[in-house]
Amino acid sequence: MAISEPVDAPSPSGGVFRSSTQVLSADDIRRGITRMAHELLERNRGLTGVVIVGLQKGGVWIAERLAEVISGIEPGATVPVGRLDVSLYRDDIGLRPVTPGSASHIPVPLDGATVVLVDDVLFTGRTVRAAMEALNDYGRPRAVQLAVFVDRGHRELPIRPDFVGKNLPTRRDEDVQVGPDGVVITQVGGPVGGPA
Amino acid sequence: MKHFRSIEELDASSLIRLMDLSEHMAEVNARPIPKVPALRGKNVVSLFFEDSTRTRLSFETAAKRLSADTMTFNASSSSVNKGESLRDTVETLSAMGVDAFVVRHKSSGVPWQLSQWTEASVINAGDGWHQHPTQALLDCFTIRRSLGRTGGLDGLKIAIVGDIKHSRVARSDIQAFAMLGAHVTLVAPPTLLPPEIAGWPVEVCHDLDDVIGGLDVLYLLRMQRERMSESLVPTLREYTDRYGLTPARARRLADHVLVMHPGPMNRGVEMAVDPSELPGSVILQQVTNGVSVRMAVLFQLLGSGDELNTTEVS
Repeated sequence: MAISEPVDAPSPSGGVFRSSTQVLSADDIRRGITRMAHELLERNRGLTGVVIVGLQKGGVWIAERLAEVISGIEPGATVPVGRLDVSLYRDDIGLRPVTPGSASHIPVPLDGATVVLVDDVLFTGRTVRAAMEALNDYGRPRAVQLAVFVDRGHRELPIRPDFVGKNLPTRRDEDVQVGPDGVVITQVGGPVGGPA
Repeated sequence: MKHFRSIEELDASSLIRLMDLSEHMAEVNARPIPKVPALRGKNVVSLFFEDSTRTRLSFETAAKRLSADTMTFNASSSSVNKGESLRDTVETLSAMGVDAFVVRHKSSGVPWQLSQWTEASVINAGDGWHQHPTQALLDCFTIRRSLGRTGGLDGLKIAIVGDIKHSRVARSDIQAFAMLGAHVTLVAPPTLLPPEIAGWPVEVCHDLDDVIGGLDVLYLLRMQRERMSESLVPTLREYTDRYGLTPARARRLADHVLVMHPGPMNRGVEMAVDPSELPGSVILQQVTNGVSVRMAVLFQLLGSGDELNTTEVS
């Protein structure tokens, strides 16, 4: 997900002020993904049966980057990369508007595969729960592992990552955005203005 | 968006959005297990007062693929035969808990009437000669997909041939195609054209051979045998000779031209060749896409929680 400007920019006539801080740079991202790629190869002792699946939308670019780095480390080997959209599986359909992003695309059968789910931020864990349910409709993986770039805490389900780029403790009302240029935490704060 | 009753109640961006959503559903349908839990616990009731095979089964399949529960009301085997009114039927079923009614009726306007009697969403599966909006949506989606496009149908030349006057499919298609930027020509004898065609976004032609050379899409409507007894055409054979897709006309059709039909086909009448021998026939894809499109409509109405622009007046 690209870094975007805070939703409500400060303005002289009022509005909500949100301060945002860049906590990780593009280089930090690059190094983190490199380390995660090495860990993935070490844990799985290579690439046999491994399929990397990025979660729409934030996990897809990270999944592709991981695959690129992996083919640099283990030359000759290519790992299949898929995309998974879970908006039809979320447990909050009807409570929060859900708009599907791009459709899923799983390039290989998943029976017996080791699926590595990839997302940008791990928060409550509900997206990952939905993803595991979605995977069941494509086959029966031998194992499912989870790679996230940022673990920001506040889990509501018993879900834990296998590979983490960065642990960033956050407050619930903060917003974490991960992009190729860095990681930005935005928080609500400061005086609240309004129409005169 | 609470109801899906007519193409008129939508705008181009909503149509495009529904087609994009249909792409998602098409991907679900291609999976080993084509089912998602999106509409779990929702109840979708089919109210079919007219015979139908493909539309009714298509809606049921769509609801089931989204894990909704379905109920089918078939007028021919119901208390309607004992004289129960439409209103009583709807209110009785609503009392059992309904999230959406899918209704087909021989009278125009029934979907709007239904909305007065129930809190559920109403989806029009065909009302009289008036509208058949899910057919139009699946036709647009089929054209877009078969030609590998995104967005709308800008610039495409589409000919709709046949009994326009009695066709709810034609009325919905004309609105949808025009809204998405296509150029629509109606080809029919004057007896099969509606009297009030002025102001419609179409051109009219009475000779199929004049237009068949420059088309992107040829859309054939069913020519009902009953029309012969209503003196609207001299004989069916003459209809076929002048307006049917004969072997001679099929030879003049470029390979890239899509050939479409809403079904059921009257073989030998409007379709006088075997469609499986036409390189551009997408008639079976229309049926497959019908499930995806109806899944998209059901999800948009009952599951997505977001709004589309409509000019609905409940």
